[in-house]
This record gives sequence, C-alpha cells and structure tokens, in this order.
Amino acid sequence: MDILLSANNITKTYTGHTALDNVSIEVPRGKVYGLLGPNGAGKTTLIRIINHITAPDQGTLTFNGHTLTAQDVYNIGYLPEERGLYKKMKVGEQAIFFARLKGLSKRDATTRLKEWFERLEISNWWDKKVEELSKGMAQKVQFIVTVLHNPELLIFDEPFSGFDPINASIIKREILKLRDAGATIIFSTHNMNSVEELCDNITLINRSHDILSGNVAEIRERYADRRYNIIYAGDPKDLLEVADRTGMEFNAGENDKYGNFTATLRLAQGMTRRDAISLINDAVDINCFERMLPSMDDIFVSAVKANERGESLFS
Amino acid sequence: MANPLGLIIEREYFERVKRKSFIITTILVPIFLLAMMALPTLILIFSTPDKTTIQVVDNTGVVAPLLKGNDEVKFVSASLPVDSLRADESIESILVIGENAVDDPSHGVTLLSRGSVSMVTDSYITSELDQAIEQIRMSRYDIPDIDKIMSSIKADTKLSTIRIDKETETETSTEFSYLLALTMGMMLYMFILLYGQMVMTSIIEEKNNRVLEIMVSSVKPFNLMLGKILGVALVAVTQILIWAALIGTAVMVASPMLAGQMQSGDMPAEMTAAMSQFMDFGYLSSLLINTLLFFIGGFLLYASLYAAIGSAVSNVQDASQLSSIATVPMIVAIMGEMAVIASPDSTLSFWLSMIPFTSPTCMIARVTYGVAAWESILSLVILYATFIFAIWACGKIYRIGIFMYGKKPSVGEVIKWAKYK
Repeated sequence: MDILLSANNITKTYTGHTALDNVSIEVPRGKVYGLLGPNGAGKTTLIRIINHITAPDQGTLTFNGHTLTAQDVYNIGYLPEERGLYKKMKVGEQAIFFARLKGLSKRDATTRLKEWFERLEISNWWDKKVEELSKGMAQKVQFIVTVLHNPELLIFDEPFSGFDPINASIIKREILKLRDAGATIIFSTHNMNSVEELCDNITLINRSHDILSGNVAEIRERYADRRYNIIYAGDPKDLLEVADRTGMEFNAGENDKYGNFTATLRLAQGMTRRDAISLINDAVDINCFERMLPSMDDIFVSAVKANERGESLFS
Repeated sequence: MANPLGLIIEREYFERVKRKSFIITTILVPIFLLAMMALPTLILIFSTPDKTTIQVVDNTGVVAPLLKGNDEVKFVSASLPVDSLRADESIESILVIGENAVDDPSHGVTLLSRGSVSMVTDSYITSELDQAIEQIRMSRYDIPDIDKIMSSIKADTKLSTIRIDKETETETSTEFSYLLALTMGMMLYMFILLYGQMVMTSIIEEKNNRVLEIMVSSVKPFNLMLGKILGVALVAVTQILIWAALIGTAVMVASPMLAGQMQSGDMPAEMTAAMSQFMDFGYLSSLLINTLLFFIGGFLLYASLYAAIGSAVSNVQDASQLSSIATVPMIVAIMGEMAVIASPDSTLSFWLSMIPFTSPTCMIARVTYGVAAWESILSLVILYATFIFAIWACGKIYRIGIFMYGKKPSVGEVIKWAKYK
C-alpha cells in the first residue's frame, strides 16, 4: 500500500494532561481517512501536529517518504473545525491573501479563485465584505481557500457543520472529486453516516489512545462476528430451544402485526451459515435471514465503552 | 513564492492605513492641536477684555490715589458711603480700606463683591495694596530721593545657561528643554500605550472569530505575532512621519517670520535661546532620530507583552488584569520621566534611562537636555536586546495561548506555557 502520511508513536503532553499517548496512523495515498473520537480525545492535537502547528514530545511523522518539515504545509490544506475569516476584508481580497500564504502567486490565486467561485456559484460575493455573509456562505469561502492550492493532503475537521443539507451534499461531492483527482483526505468528524459514506480507513481515538484502526469494511465485518438478523413466523420458544441446544446466542426482538418475529442470532463457533439455516428452518418459517452489518455508530459507541472499561473491542 | 511574514505585515498595515479612522485622525489631530494652541490667542483678539470696576472707599485717604489699575481692573474712588454703594445693584465690587490699614493691613481691608472674584484679580488687588502701603510706610522715614534709590536697588536677573561639556558652546534654554522633555515623554507614552493595546485587542479579535485557526495552518504562530507587531509599528511610524512632515512644513513657513522677530529684538531672551536651540539642525536631527529609535524599541518591547497577553485571554474584559503586567512598568516609566526632568544627570536618571522598560521615555527626556552619545547607544542596545528576548518568550506563550478558550489563565499558567516544547 502506498502511504502518503504516517504518524509513528506520537506522544504529546501538556502540564498534567496527556493529549496523545503513543498514537500511530498510516494514511494511504488517494484515500479518505477518517479520524474519529469523542470530544477532547486528542484528534485536534494530532491534526495540529500534522500541520506543524505544535511539535510532538515523542514520535515521528513521515510525509511522502521523508520526515515532515515546515515546508510540507504548502502541500497540506487544513480546514479547522473552529474557523473564521477577517470580518472587515472583502471576500475576494481575503481569499487571495490566504492563497498567497499557501505559496500561490497573486495571478494564479485570482484565476483559480474565479474558477472555484463560478463552480460553487458564488461569483457575486467577490466584492462583499465577510461580515455581510451568512455562516454557511463563509464556510464555502473557507472550503475553497483550503483546497485552492491543490495540496496532496487535505484535512477537514467537521467540514459539514454549519451547512444545510443541499450545500453539505455539494461539499461532499467536491471532496469526492478531489479524491478522484488524486488528493488524500483526512476527515475528522462525529458524523458516522458520512464516515460510512466517505471513508476508506479510520482510526478511532479515545482518551488520547488510538483504540481502533483499519479499513472500514473490514472493521464492520469483524464487528459483525457471526451475527445475523432473522425475521420468522412461528413460536419463539421453538427457536430458543434450537439455539440453546446448538450453542447459538439468541436475542428475541419485536413482533409485528402480521405475526412475524424478529431476532438476532450469533452462530456457534465453527457453525456454517448453511447448518444454521437448516436448523432454524426445522423450528420456524424463515422470512428473512441476513448478515448483521453494524453501523459505524454502533462500533464507535461499543469501542469507546469497551475502552472505558479497559478492554479492547476485539479481544 | 511570497514570504509569509511579509504578507502578514502587508495585510496588517494596509488594513489599518486604509481605514477612514486612520486617515481622519492623522489629518485632524495636528489641526486640532494647532487649534488648541491658537484658541486662547484668538479669544483674546476677538473678545474685549472684561474690565472689573472697583469702587474704593478709602478711610485712610492716602492709599486710594496710589492704586494704579491695569487692563482688567479699574479702581474708582467712591463718592458715596458703603451702605448706599451696597444698595446699588449696578456696582460689582467695593474695596473698603479701614482707617488702620497702613499700620495693620492684615485687618480692616475688605472686598465686597457680587459674584466670585478670580484668583488673578484677587492677587492683583493684594499686590497693588502692598505696593501702595509699602510706599506710604517708606515715605514716613523721610529719606530724600527714596524713589530713585529704590529703583536703582531693584534687580531683574535673567539666567542664561551655556553648556561647556559639548564641543561647541551652545546657549541652551532649560525651560525649553523641560517643556520638550515633558511633551516628548508623554507623546511616547501615549503612542506606546495606544498602539501596544491595538496589537492586543486585534489579537483577541482574531482569536475570538477563529481566523487564527486558519492562519496557523499556513504561517508559524511566531511569524503571525511578529507580523502583526511590525505591521502596527509601521502604521505608527507612518503616522509620526506624516505629523513630522506637517510640523516641519509649519516650522519652515513660520521660521522666517520668527527669525525676523528675533533680529528686531522683540522677543525675550529665553524665547530666543529656545528658538535657536530648536533651529539647531544637529540638535533637531539627533532628537528626531532618538525619538524614532526609542519609540520603535519601546513599542516593540511593550507590543510583545501585549501580544502575549492578548493571546492568553478570550475577551477584552479578561485582559485588563493581565495587562497590568505591561501597564505598571509603563506608569513607572512615566513617573521616572518626571524624576529625570527634575534632574537629568543624576544617578537615578542614568539607571532609569538604561532599564529597558523605562528607558524609552526617560532617555528621550534626557536627550532633550543633551546626553552623551554612548549613553543613548548603550540604552538602545539594551532596549533592543530585551525586545529580542521578550518576543522570543512571548512567541512561546502566544503559540499556546491562541488555542486556549474560555477560562482566564493565571500568570503562573501563562509562564508555564512558555516552557512547552
């Protein structure tokens, strides 16, 4: 796998408080990487370290095969969660200022900005003062400023907050376009729906530790762990009896008005799906039998809870 | 690729210079100052002086004829008794001189007045009475030609001060230096305070609207802070230079007129000395260069402190307590300046003009009196070296402070921030 950025064993302490404890991530090139975790877990600290805003106490960062240096920030675009603009400046003037800070010439910045402004249909804002913009409008400008210099690595911290659903989907579309054009994206969020939709890989940070990382599909697979949802007609007692006899875990669910019952089952160790279906089929009528793929929401909550108890999710 | 520090300075500078408020203050303040100076003269020219007429009831019969009166006060011998004068509402003031006034003037002299009597009038009347009574008492000794003797005794000393520690002997005006020292020190103090706090409030503002979060991803926090301080310094220097140019033009226009007056000998000696001192090119340029260097150094030093304070707090209200770290030395500096003006070459003055936090105002005060070049150079070196240390330490605080929201940190916490990696 082609790794664009790797952070190795990063530790960062402030007086009386460890923000990051031995955290490592590996971000593959051209993919969307989710950085998840509850508030105060240490995500922002890690992002600041990647952006060269603060230095880690221990650990190293590798970018494009070399140790990350201050020069690399020209190759990174960062949209912070808490973001603002200079209120008194005009939108266009300000966007050019930020673009020049990222190393673009005034002329390049102007041409690219005009393109982006047209693409997001905000060309008529160019001469407005920032204080005249709504929050969502300002966010669009910030998004453009973040991606304008075509960096290899884009870091978005809660990019959809403050957007209405229509604009959020426009931004989502633009992020995916950037990925398809070859950019690597780190995406920090609490919104698990967008994680399932966008992210290829994730790392979950809780209380300054990385407690779970890997490919999103694989994680969901592992967490599903021989669990199935079933909908059936018949007597729940019969199914319970089969489950007890064969070592399956059985959790009864609701029944609907047509006499159908739902339940979740966890197959016994070594039991095939085929065996399970024939066993159950003898006891009740199966209407539906499907693998239970947990949502990232469930995984997030379970992993954090397991970590608080001092356990690991997959132990 | 544009240098980020340069970009920051550019933005900070133009954002302020293009503001209407900057343009207005830069043009209006000198006009306002000139108006303030010209106002008393104009009032004098266009208003007829208020003449106070005083009815004098003289029971001694000898004092009243000796009271002379001036532009503001006119003495008139009363022809009516006190009671009827009092009844007449058109009469403002009545001076009653008792029978024993010549022998015992501390009793028996009364001024009856409608409305309050100004201090100037009061002291004028007293001194007129003193003179009259002294003259009467003197004449009692019956010495021939007493008036002649008295006028030949009278002395009117004018002290002219000449500096002999300089290469060319120049006549200096102590009073002029005193006034100049006071003005320059105060101006420096005002400027440093005004522009230093401008740095602080602007950092608090950036922190509050979270634009800093975006900035730091492209620029090192240290450059951000330095850029702001230098940008604001440039604005201040621009303003000073514009004012200097305006004053310079005014002097150029006015000096031929003044020079004419000087030659015609209409001016008092003190004024002539002051003018020749001010017209002295060497003196003027050394004053200007020193002022600029000490202003910039002092501003940079204090602005670094204000920047660190601004980064540590979340709003202007919280800043007031922490900003005493910068304000207290500033007050000491202005009090020290008073001591320096009183005796510019004392040991205390020397040390006050070397300690970096007090040296801008105190050294400028000494420079107006004339000071050895090595002293001002040494003082500048100390000042700028301290600034470099201060901006390094404040940069470390700033780096942490700008990400701290909410709770107001204690001074101890702020110092801890400077120690983080």
